[in-house]
Order: sequence, then structure tokens, then C-alpha cells
Amino acid sequence: MIHSLFLINHTGDIFLEKHWKSVISRSVCDYFFEAKEKAGDPENVPPVLQTPHHYLITIYRGKLFLLSVIQTEVPPLFVIEFLHRVADTFQDYFGECSEGVIKDNVVTVYELLEEMLDNGFPLATESNVLKEMIKPPNILRSVVNTLTGSSNVGDTLPTGQLSNIPWRRAGVKYTNNEAYFDVIEEIDAILDKSGTTVFAEIQGVIEACVRLTGMPDLTLSFMNPRLLDDVSFHPCVRFKRWEAERVLSFIPPDGNFTLMTYHVSSQNLVAIPVYVKQSISFFESGSCGRLDITLGPKQTMGKMVEGLTVTIHMPKTVLSANLTATQGNYTYDLATKVLVWDIGKLNPQKLPNLKGSLSVQAGAPKPEENPSLNIGLKIQQLAISGLKVSRLDMYGEKYKPFKGVKYVTKAGKFQVRT
Amino acid sequence: MEVGFSVGAVRTVLASAENLQLTLKTELSQEEQALTNTNSNPKDAEKAGNEDLKEMLESNKESHKLEAMKRVVGLIAKGKNASELFPAVVKNVASKNIELKKLVYVYLVRYAEEQQDLALLSISTFQRALKDPNQFIRASALRVLSSIRVPIIVPIMMLAIKEAAADLSPYVRKTSAHAIQKLYSLDADQKEQLIEVIEKLLKDKSTLVAGSVVMAFEEVCPDRIDLIHKNYRKLCNLLVDVEEWGQVVIISMLTRYARTQFTSPWKEDAVFDENNEKAFYDSDSEEKKGQTESKPYIMDPDHRLLLRNTKPLLQSRNTAVVMSVAQLYWHLAPKHEVSIVTKSLVRLLRSHREVQYIVLQNIATMSIQRKGMFEPFMKSFYVRSTDATHIKTLKLEILTNLANEANISTILREFQTYVKSQDKAFAAATIQAIGRCATNISEVTDTCLNGLVLLLSNRDETVVAESVVVIKKLLQTQPTQHSEIIKHMAKLFDNITVPMARASILWLMGEYCERVPKIAPDVLRKMAKTFTTEEDIVKLQTVNLAAKLYLTNSKQTKLLTQYILNLGKYDQNYDIRDRTRFIRQLIVPNEKSGALNKYARRILLAPKPAPVLESAFKDRDRFQLGTLSHSLNIKATGYQELSDWPAVAPDQSVRNVEVIEPVKEWAPLVGKAKQPKSDDKFYSDEEEEKDEEESESSGSDDSSSSSSSSSSSSSEESGSESDEESSEESDKSFSSGRSSSESEKSSSESESAKKQKKSKKTPQKKAKPAAVDSDSDENGNGLVLQASSSSAKSSSASETDSEDSSDSDSHSAQKKKTDAKSKPKVEVKSKKEVSLLDLDDFSPPPTNAPKSSVLSPSLFSDLEGLSLSNISTTMPVTTPSFSPVKTYELLHHMSGKGLAAKYHFPRQPCLYQPNMVAVQVILTNCSDHSLEEIHIGDRSPASLNIHCFNTIERLEPEASVTVSMGIDFSDSTQAANFQLCTKTDQFSVSIQPAVGELLMPSSMTEEEFCKDQGKLLGMNETSATITMATANTSSLAINKQLLSVANVGVVSSSQNNIHRFAGRTVSSGALVLVSLELRESSTALLTINTEKSIMASMLLRDLKQALAMA
Repeated sequence: MIHSLFLINHTGDIFLEKHWKSVISRSVCDYFFEAKEKAGDPENVPPVLQTPHHYLITIYRGKLFLLSVIQTEVPPLFVIEFLHRVADTFQDYFGECSEGVIKDNVVTVYELLEEMLDNGFPLATESNVLKEMIKPPNILRSVVNTLTGSSNVGDTLPTGQLSNIPWRRAGVKYTNNEAYFDVIEEIDAILDKSGTTVFAEIQGVIEACVRLTGMPDLTLSFMNPRLLDDVSFHPCVRFKRWEAERVLSFIPPDGNFTLMTYHVSSQNLVAIPVYVKQSISFFESGSCGRLDITLGPKQTMGKMVEGLTVTIHMPKTVLSANLTATQGNYTYDLATKVLVWDIGKLNPQKLPNLKGSLSVQAGAPKPEENPSLNIGLKIQQLAISGLKVSRLDMYGEKYKPFKGVKYVTKAGKFQVRT
Repeated sequence: MEVGFSVGAVRTVLASAENLQLTLKTELSQEEQALTNTNSNPKDAEKAGNEDLKEMLESNKESHKLEAMKRVVGLIAKGKNASELFPAVVKNVASKNIELKKLVYVYLVRYAEEQQDLALLSISTFQRALKDPNQFIRASALRVLSSIRVPIIVPIMMLAIKEAAADLSPYVRKTSAHAIQKLYSLDADQKEQLIEVIEKLLKDKSTLVAGSVVMAFEEVCPDRIDLIHKNYRKLCNLLVDVEEWGQVVIISMLTRYARTQFTSPWKEDAVFDENNEKAFYDSDSEEKKGQTESKPYIMDPDHRLLLRNTKPLLQSRNTAVVMSVAQLYWHLAPKHEVSIVTKSLVRLLRSHREVQYIVLQNIATMSIQRKGMFEPFMKSFYVRSTDATHIKTLKLEILTNLANEANISTILREFQTYVKSQDKAFAAATIQAIGRCATNISEVTDTCLNGLVLLLSNRDETVVAESVVVIKKLLQTQPTQHSEIIKHMAKLFDNITVPMARASILWLMGEYCERVPKIAPDVLRKMAKTFTTEEDIVKLQTVNLAAKLYLTNSKQTKLLTQYILNLGKYDQNYDIRDRTRFIRQLIVPNEKSGALNKYARRILLAPKPAPVLESAFKDRDRFQLGTLSHSLNIKATGYQELSDWPAVAPDQSVRNVEVIEPVKEWAPLVGKAKQPKSDDKFYSDEEEEKDEEESESSGSDDSSSSSSSSSSSSSEESGSESDEESSEESDKSFSSGRSSSESEKSSSESESAKKQKKSKKTPQKKAKPAAVDSDSDENGNGLVLQASSSSAKSSSASETDSEDSSDSDSHSAQKKKTDAKSKPKVEVKSKKEVSLLDLDDFSPPPTNAPKSSVLSPSLFSDLEGLSLSNISTTMPVTTPSFSPVKTYELLHHMSGKGLAAKYHFPRQPCLYQPNMVAVQVILTNCSDHSLEEIHIGDRSPASLNIHCFNTIERLEPEASVTVSMGIDFSDSTQAANFQLCTKTDQFSVSIQPAVGELLMPSSMTEEEFCKDQGKLLGMNETSATITMATANTSSLAINKQLLSVANVGVVSSSQNNIHRFAGRTVSSGALVLVSLELRESSTALLTINTEKSIMASMLLRDLKQALAMA
């Protein structure tokens, strides 16, 4: 399946290679560099490429390309999903997935890759299992290791690999038993110029952090499960019980994991928390433009809107921006032509406004289209769909755990066309 | 065996080398050479760097060795050559330190192939480790041993694999499955032996092994389908518990398997419900079945088992698993069941960019064949400006595929936004897409064409060029006269610089030169002047144009043509010289050119077939969905063709697991295996498991009593299957209005059961209650699916309608008239800001309306939001996009002899005429035979102006179709009566609109509202004080209630207690202004200002009712 893996940074240096079958020369990446050249933006590089003898499947994450070399037919999603899982694992182990950390931990990375694939076929991809085999680096351990000469590598087969619950390691012990769930909802929306909703939907995810001793069996139930239209689960969730009773019943992995993702049925009208009044105009002559943006609360359910940002990808001809913000501050990146206005909290009494002029390259034609605004926001203690967790029950263990649920609403791909 | 090494470095491994089971005698001298070579053939620079590493590796301290190995691995990771350290590294293979050992393994696997002889020294260590009591060590030894690609150890590997395949630990067995593939790639001659091992491992019951062994099967012997038979049911049942990567592999293998073993569920007459029903009423069904040639389709229970067991995996978090289930349903499920995968596929669009790319490609292919599947999710394919270009293009492709009569206006409006995109490649793709919509949907051809013409004055070259090219194609497909457009293009010609666009215009001129007799020669004159500076394609087309004009209008163009031909004769490009010579011989009469000359006209001015604008994904479905080949649209190495369904199903008993043998071999295991199994099946629900247990136990009873070859599990399977069918059937009979009783049900059950297994004599087990439960649940799903699939069908049907030529002809003729009228306006427009696809073409200027500028108001408001004018609305207009779902019955199926019709008002501007109200009618065939020629007959009053839908040639039983029609109610609520006809019958029906449906929302500001309200006082004002339900006092609720009654637009208001709404009547365009002033204690003053006082009072009544209701 997966023959080789090359890690490439955004400037095009191959800084790590790993082969699971015979060695493939790194010159195979030239085809990729060619495509990258052609695409311009790294986001635009086609994920699947064909070369005379190989197929290249690439993902782009955190300014890194993970390029895998394939020789025979394989579902491309299989490879893509796996590569993302690799990147996730790096993130899990080192806190981020970047060139720097990978270079710093090259041995751990190599050991991980060795365990994750055998002959190109995924072997162990569960974080819990991997962590038993290869311990994540931390300062204390590295000090101990250098002193005692002990290693990061476990010497027994992780229990997870053999048990029927591969995602949970055996013999977990905590003094404080706790289970926290974050219900995070994102609003994806496209609003048109007049503020009418062209398209809006809510995507939710429940992130869990469970530190419980032993083999707890948890049941999470909702006040209003009918809201959930489409769901996908961590493998630990028993699907049949969801089908029958609409409750989540599972033996959780140890630590952080994504319990489920869901989509709220599109029949419900999506509440749009903010409105935007905007006017961006470029003048036919005089090589300048005008920008005036005001944001205000719309349907916030009485909660405070925080972390408000507006990101605008300006046309290439806009040279600089001379603006004044009544609240927060703005930056205009000349290289990427991205205007970011960081507002912070939205005060309904005094609406934030950004106003001023844009200077356009002299002689350049007036841009055809006004740039659209991407809104970022966050509302604490609110799930905009109205989803509520009613209770969490634990079976199988005797102690009483701490339990907590947190709700957050964020803007996902929230775009205002102008 | 005495081994004499002289090199000190390797002396320590001497002991282990002694254990080598190979005869190394002949190799020894080479080995020595190799050793000395590596040492005496140094690359000096590298060696200097590696010298200290070597020292460290040979030191006694473990930590030094580890450090050195880490650095070596670092070198490997960077792709640097570390092969010369091989002897030093290989010594550490037997180290006690696990991490060191692992790193050595990494090194070995990387360099063993290059240093085969040295690698052999490590083999004995692995052989010893293969016997280790720790399963982890056994597995990792096998992993490394099999990864060393040294041909000489093939026999050792073979032995090790065979041993490991029988290991007690499933983890080791899994590793052996992986090793099979490695050995196969090393030495394909071992195939036969390896297949034996695969066969053995396929029988393994551990979920851990299943995925890996199927992977090995796919790699080594994908054609040995026969190995799967016996394991088919087991694999299906284990599937849910297999790890996610294994699931993908198993599902794709089972897809292939199923296509060879089951018959197609897609047959035309595959409405097996119905057949069952017939059988149920026919007493002599058995006999009849023997007589009828085409046997009713009954899905093989194993086929059903696969579909049922893969369905839960649609909820997997792994996108590859979801995709593989989706493709399984696409390739295997009955047509009406496929749509259950839609939601999950759309969910994947939330995932990473690369995932989106693949999923969109697959949806694009699916949406060509099955529009209905994705139409409800159309909005999920709307493009965001931040999407990557290839994502945008794919979404565009899908939107174009989904376009049909009903949604085209929405899609075109969306396209308008895209055309303005800064991403010019995308804008160009959008223009192509508009072109495709225009050819596919005849209603909008002219609209699109005019919109494209407007784009010709766009500032961007690529946009203009693309528009010209698309217009050219469109004009070619439209044999009607379009001289206006050609003239317009001729005018723009001077400003267009993109060669392809210029060439296209020239070609159009030449092709239709007789339609623009005055302009064409002038264009040729201009071209003659600039000929030498043009691009090659432009030159070629100039020569063509000259030739065509010479033939049609030689008086004016003779000299020009000769001049151009002379220029072309001496052109640098040989193509052009060639063409010129050819053309000259063809058109200019002289002695030599004999017969050909006479036919010049026929050759050059032959009618040319129109190009077909079709999707790039049109023929992608030749590849299995979700594969690499599909993604690249090219057959990838190792792609396994999906075979066609067999005409006759191969023997299904091959899947039966033999009873006699298993009883012997497995019977002891049953008890034992039960324990681990209940662990294994952690996730599958208990009920099912119990069932299985029961069935197995009862099955063995059965098998002991009866000597039939059928196994217990199969009978159980088919038993539950028949349950399902029967209950489905009973549902069915319910729905068709017949009463069903318990006894009937059971009789039908046995009936269908009998039909299923003619050969089986095993006593039919009565269904267990649990099984019935679960089945009925599934049935519920099944029914929903049917409904949704019927809508799918309907959309495709309406699609074909639109292609119906007879109607579209008359329609385009109608359009032509209005075209001529609107032409001057277009030109005026093009001078001001381009408002791209000028949507007022949807509604050609009304002839009877007082003000010709009054277009369909809602479109107007839509356009306002989209127009390029930079004055943005300062007020946030909050128009909740409310679309009523109220459906009214037009014809009940009892009175319609099986034909049922329902209608609703989609509240979209009517495509056909602006003064018509759009009505969508859903026609369903509830009878058991297909209905033909459904159309609209006489109407009353005779003057009633209806735009009928195209005649529906054929409506299959259970199918339904949605058609749209337009009715001019002339602003009255008088019912429109007409006849709905089929080939044989006529039914009088009537549509009575609520007054609110006769309006179109109009957008205006508060000032405009007040101003217009001021003009409509006195007699034109109707008002009343109303009491509202307390629930309705919030502004949101008021908007909702009001908009549910009347199709009006919300006018933003600066006062909190006053709500304003504006609309126009559809037919005459008279303003209707509604204002609602809230008073204390949930009373309010409702005022309606309009010229149409009757409508006002009716509307007032309706609104009053609605607002009073909670």
C-alpha cells in the first residue's frame, strides 16, 4: 500500500524519508515539486498525482507536506486518512506538527512510523496503543533516560493491541477521577451582501477528556437527541444503542479524544449571532478605495460574543490600508494581502467599527469583486443548536468521578459576501 | 559448520552465525570480500564523519551505543548513506536493550538489501526470537525477518510464516499475514504455498487478523474468489469489530466478491414487494411462478447480510471507511437504497481539504447518474472564496450536474457570484458551467445566452474569452437565429485580444455570414489589415472566414479574399500556408480544379453538428468509486475490474459452512469460542448475538435431525430475511388501503419463505420476537428510503422532460419574440455596470403591465443583493428564507385511478411568464401499472392562462415526478380548473390559491415604504385591530407567521413596535403594503395598503387568523 513517505517543508526541502518496502529515490518528489510550482499556492496542489511509475498522494498540514508514494491501486482516501492520522499523532506527541519538532525528535518520529505501518499497511494507529509502545517525550523522562540509560520504548506488547478494546490501555489508575466533555459547535454560513443567509448549518463535536481508573463504562444522554441529524462516532461508541435509545454508551479511551461529531438537521433555522454592515468600494479613478465595517449582535441568546475577528483577503492590487478601528486593532499583511481585524468582545452598546481608505496600485483596474469577510467568533456557555447533555452515568467501577460539561459556540466557515 | 572470519569487527557475531541453517559454504569467500570491501572501499569524507559513530557502536557502554544508533537513524531519516556502518551495527542485533534493538532493526530493514551477505549474520538471532515466549518479541522478529529483502532466506521466511500462522497469539498471526505479502513481493514463485497459508488464515476468527489476511489475499491472489465463499458470512459478521483499516480492505474485497456471486438488484421489474403481493393473492402462485419466464427478483440473503452489516459503518470517524461503504452501496445496493449514503458523504465535506477533494470527485460521478441523491444537499456544494481552486471546480461541477428546471434559478444566481470571483480560472470554469446549464435546460438557454453576452464587456480577458467560446458552442446548438448576438460580438471584436476568443468570433461570423451580410465583410476587412500580427489560430480562422464569404458574397469580398490568401501563402507557419493553398484550390475556379470546386460550398458551409457540452465526469463510472483509478481517471496498476452482475447467480450453497465437518472440528470450539466471541463482539448488540447463539445451537439440532445440506446459519439468515420481506409486505398492503390481519401476515411469510428456498426442506423456524423487532426497525428505514428514492426518480424524470423538444421549441419561439424586444435594453445595460446574468430574462418584460420596468419583484430584490453597485445596504435586511411546505391535494389516488397529485407553491418567480404564479405538482403513481402520457387537458375558464408541464410519457408504479407549471390567476383567488389527463382517463382538478400566494415579495427601504403608503390612503387602505397570541409577539414570530401566510418581503424598520412588509401582486404588479403596529396587551393594528381592495380584505382576514393562532 504505502510504499514510502517523504516529509517536505513549504520551501521544498525533503527533511525526512521513510521507506516501508524497498527504497525509492527521492527524485520521485520532483513530479510533486513541478505540480507545486504550477499550483502556486500550496493549498492548490492536487492531492493525487501520477508519475510514470508511481502515484503520489500528498496532504498539506501545518506548512508541511506529507508525501506518500504508492505503486498500486489503493483507495486514495485510505492513504489521505492515514497521513492525517500520522500528523495527528505527531501533534499528540510533540504538541505541534512542524518541521522544527520533527527534526528535534527524529528518532521518536522514526520509531512511531515504524510502528504505525508494516509493509505499508497500518498496524497501530490508536494513540493509546502507540503511547504504550513509545512513550511521548517529556523533560523529566529525558533527564532520567540520560542518567539511567533506560529507554522510551516499552518492552511488552500493549494490552490494547490484544484486548477487544484496542483504544484503552489496561491498568489505568488515577487519584482524581474525572470526566470532562466539551460540546463545541461551529456555525458554517454564507451570508450575502444584504445579510440574508444563503446557507447555514451547524456542525458539532464533543471532545472528551476522561481520566478514570479501571474499566469504566459510561453512558452519556442528551435532553434533545432528536436535534442530531447525522453523527459519526469514535469506535468506542456502541452504535446499536445509539440507534435504539439515542444515548452514547462507551468505554472511553484514556485521556483526550473526540467522542462524536454531529450535524444539526438543516430543517432548523440556524441562529446567526452577529450581523455585519459593510461597505467596501473601489473607485474607478484615483487608485483608492473605501472600507467601512460595523458589527453588531443579532441572535446571541443573551450571551457575550468574544474573540471576534474579521479576516479579509484583499485583491492583489491593494497596496495598503489606512483605517481606524473604534475597538481592537487591525493588521494588514502586505505580502499575503490579508487584513485581519481583531476585535475581541462585542459590546452591544458601542458597536465596533472599522473605517478608512485603501490605497490601490496606480493604474491597476478596479477589482471586479469585493473581497468577502470571514468572521471568527466564540460564545462561551452556549451551544447554538440548543443541544444539552442531560446526564452522564458510569457503570463498572465503584468510585464517584468528577463530571463536567462545557459548551462553546464558534464560527466555522462563516463568510459574508460583499 | 566452521566459519573462518578474519575481520575482527565481525568476530563477535561468529557464535550466532553458526546457527545459520543455510549452506553458506559457497558464499563465504564473497562474504569476506564484502566485508573487506566495505572497510577498504571508503568514501573518505563520510568515513571520517562516521568513524566516531563506529567507535561508539563498538564501545561497551549501552548508552553510547544507543546514542550512536540514534544518530545513525537520524542519518537514515535524512536520506544520507550510512551503509558502511553495517558490520558495526549488526553486532548489536542481539542487544538486551529494547530500544537499541529496535533501532538496529530499523537499520537492518533499510540496508539489508544492499548488504545481503552481512545481513545473513543476523538471521539466527531472529530465528531464536521466533521461539520466544513473549508474543511481542515473536511478532517483531517475524516482522523484521520478513522485511529483510534477501532472496536467499526465502525458505526460512516461508517456514517462519507457516509457523506463525498457527501461533496462539492473534497478534503474531496478524504479523504473519503481513509477512505473506512481503514474501510474495520478494519471490512470486512461492505463490502456491502462500495461498495455502492465506486459506488457513482466512478461517481465523480473530478480528485482529481479518483485515490483514484479506489484504494479503488482495495482493497475492485476488482472483481466487473461491477462497472467500466459506468465510463470506464470517467476514460480514466480524466487519463491525475489525479495526478501521482492515474494514476498508474487506469492504472493497467484498464489493468485488458480491458482484460475481449475486444477481443484479437493479432489474427493471425488481419491484419485489409487488410480486410478493401478487403471489399472496394468487392461490396458485407456485404454479404461476413456474410458468413465468422472468423470475421475480429476490435478493440473496447473503447479499442483504452484507448491506445490513456495512450500514453502521457509515457512522465511522474514518473517512476511508465511510467512502468504502458508500461505494459498496453504490455498486451493490438496490437503486432505492443507495441514497442512505448521501448524508454521510456530505458530512465528509467537513473534513480536510484532501478528503474533500476525493469525496467531491466521487459525488460528481454519482450526481451525474443520480441527481436526486444530492439535490437536497445542494447548498453544501456552494463555493466559498477560501476554498482551494480544485475544490471550487469540483463543487461547480456538482452544482451543474444537479441543476434542473426547479432549482436552476437558484443555481444561476449562485453562479453570478462566482463569475465575479478573483480566481479567474474559477470564473472561467463558471462560465463553462453556465454553458452546460444552458444546453441542458432549455428554459434558461436564452437567459444564459444573454447573460454571457453581457459578460463580453467584462474587463477581464479570460472571462471574455471563455464567454465567447461558450457562446459559440451555445449558438451552434441553437439553430435559431441569433444575428443580434453575433452583431454584438462583432462590435466587441476590436476590444478582445485573447486569440481563442477572436478565433471563435471569426468562426461564428463565417458560419453565420448569411445572417450578418453587412458586418461580416467589414470584419474581414479589418482582419486583412492586422492579419500579419495575429496569432496562428486567428489567422486560420481568418482564412476560413474569407473562404466562406467568398462563396456567399463574392462581389464584396473577392479582392479581400485574394489579398488574405496571398498573405497566408507566405506566412511563416506551414499550417497556415497549407490551409491557404487548400482553400485557394477549393474556392477559386480554374482549369485544374475540376469537380471539387463545384462542391466547395457544400464542403465549407456544411451544417456542422453542435458540440456536446457534458461533464468531465461523464464516463468516470467505468471505474469503481473510491479507487485511485477513479480519482485519476486512468487505470492504475493493480486495479481490479468490477465484474458485471452474473445473469444467473452461481450456486449459493458454496457459502454454507459445512455442517458435518464443523460439528466435529468446531463443536468443541463453539463452547470455547463463545467466550472470546462475546468479548470480541463487544460492540455488536446483545440481541443479535443471542439470536446467533440460539440459531447456532438450534442449528446444530437441526442438522442432526435433518440431512439437508443447508447449514443452520443460512436457514436462520433466510428466515429472518423472509420476516423482513413479509413485514415489509404487510406495510405495503397497509399503505394501499387494504386491511391486513395477523393470519394473513403469517401466511404470506410462509409463502415468501417457500419461494425463497424451493430446494430446502428444513422446517421453517418461526421468527423470534427479537428478530422481528429489529427487522421492523429496518423496514421503517426502508420505507423512508423508498420515498426519497422516488423523489430522486422524479427529478431525473423532470430532467428528461426538459429535454423534450416539442415543447421547448414552442417555448423558444415564444422567447424569440421577447428577445427582439429586449435587445435594445441589453445594449443600454452593457454600458453601465455589468450585472452579469441578467436575470430579468427569466421574466421577459410583461406586455400588459402598466410599468414595463416592473419585473418580478423578488428577483429584483435578489439582484439588488448581487449587483455590482458598491452602495451596500446599510441596514441588515433580515429576510428569513421562509419557504412554505404546505402541500395541497390536487387529486386523490382513489379518485384518480391510481394517479395521485399534490401541489404546493414554491414561491419562486415563475420561469415562464412573470405574471404567472409558479406551482409545483408532485405526481405519484399509486397503482400497480405504469401510467402513460400524463398531461393537462381542457381548462376552464377557457381564457385561463396556464403554462403546462411537458407530457410525462410514462410513470412507473410507485414512482413520482415533480413538475412545475405556471398559472396566471389574474390576481383573483378564483380557482383554476383544468383537466389532468392520462392516456386513458381524464380527471377534473382545480387549484385554488390562497391570497398570499398571489404576491411576490418586493424589497424597499423604510422611506420608500412610507412614501408609497402615503400614496395609497383612503379607499386603498384597509385596517383592523387584531388580537395576537402571546407567542406571536416577538418580531421573529411575527415575521414567521406573516410570511407563512403571504409571500411578501420584510422591510427593515427603525421602530421596534412596527413591522412592515411589502409585496406586489404577481399578475398586475400592484403594490401591497402590510404594516403591523404592536399595541399593549398583545393587540395590534394591522394595516394593508393596496389598490386591490378585495385582496386587501382577504389578506387581512388570513393574517388575522394566522397571528391569533399560537
